[in-house]
Amino acid sequence: MKPAPFDYVRAETLEEALAVLASEGSDAQIMAGGQSLMAMLNTRLAKPKVLVDIMRLKELDRIDATSAAVTVGAGVRQRSLLGWPPLAEKLNLVALALPWTGHAQTRSRGTICGSIAHADPSAEMPLALLALGGEVHLRSGRQRRKLAAEKFFTGMMSTARAADEMIEAVSFPTAGVARCAFREVARRHGDFAIVACAAVTSRQGVRFAVGGVADMAAVRDWPRLDGSALDDALNAFAHELDARDDVHATARYRRDLVRLIGRDLVREVLR
Amino acid sequence: MTRLESDRRHRIRFTLNGAAAHGEAEPRMLLTDFLRHQIGATGTHVGCEHGVCGACTVTVDGMIARACLTLAVQVDGSDIRTVEGLAPAPDRLGILQDAFKRHHALQCGFCTAGILMSLDHYLRERPRPTEDELRDMLSGHLCRCTGYTPIIRAALDAANLLATHHSAEKTDA
Repeated sequence: MKPAPFDYVRAETLEEALAVLASEGSDAQIMAGGQSLMAMLNTRLAKPKVLVDIMRLKELDRIDATSAAVTVGAGVRQRSLLGWPPLAEKLNLVALALPWTGHAQTRSRGTICGSIAHADPSAEMPLALLALGGEVHLRSGRQRRKLAAEKFFTGMMSTARAADEMIEAVSFPTAGVARCAFREVARRHGDFAIVACAAVTSRQGVRFAVGGVADMAAVRDWPRLDGSALDDALNAFAHELDARDDVHATARYRRDLVRLIGRDLVREVLR
Repeated sequence: MTRLESDRRHRIRFTLNGAAAHGEAEPRMLLTDFLRHQIGATGTHVGCEHGVCGACTVTVDGMIARACLTLAVQVDGSDIRTVEGLAPAPDRLGILQDAFKRHHALQCGFCTAGILMSLDHYLRERPRPTEDELRDMLSGHLCRCTGYTPIIRAALDAANLLATHHSAEKTDA
């Protein structure tokens, strides 16, 4: 339970961090709050040759709100976003989901972008970004690009980020979400979700997202549904998710939770 | 840019419980091992080493943190507080520690160092917590002896005493 050896780089500017990524590629790993990455290093699931600490880059520690979106920089800790006064008004889904991300003792250090970069299938921030149709702002020495959340997440802890890119920020759209709801079931509050669900109203009706079941969060867009039509849609979704048994829950229990929580949340937002 | 090489030990200067401290660490050394083996501050315990159990909880520049999810090289220049800093004198317990003793809020004591650090930090920010808030905050710690209820009692009692203590201090001034 000790990390394998690595060089430690404390970046003083964004350009320095990007230069290390450009020269070392996949041997380099960005570290922000480290609350997912350090556990991966300790268990040696990750063995980078160079660790690039970006937490001294003040320009990444910013939250920018426009009428259309809230953009959260790579240095913003989860606790800081939770304590951001307009959060509940502008991004209610994040306000509901973020208290479920880790514990107070890890949210004080962990970042929003770090959680999204880690792409754990049961994590709340990837789920919220996907449910809201957010974007990931990627940057390398050669280019800047924005990727929609649904293109960014590609599988279990894997993303479309290239080896020389880092997440500079993520943006959560705020326009057009009239109502939202979130619920999670875990063994202990703050532990990895057995199932986490989010529902948001959309232009065509409702968007429903599920984490913790498949190898990444999944989303469905439906028109306004109720009664047996909603039950049928949830049932089909639950089966399509490829739930698996593990030590915490059976696949069947997970499907049951998707149906039960889904019905409540969709009704709540369409009420 | 500072690049610290993997196979060398690097000098780390920091403040530990208000006093200047220093030691040497390779980049991969965890803050837990650094405190215990390089500094000799063994109050911070090592449990799961992946951020789940909470036994190693300390504060770094006022932020509550898992020492096992922190590298020693990250805290160069930082202000670290550990359980050793809680007692007002070597022969006296702090208000929170004394409440733990009275309420039997520990048995084996393995988790206690981390829980005390979390509560000490939390009660400063939230001097009048509800039981639900305390339980939510304590979800970041595992205790296999007490069933948590005596810990909650001790924390609520300490919160009351600390509030009285602070208002008494204000009256004195």
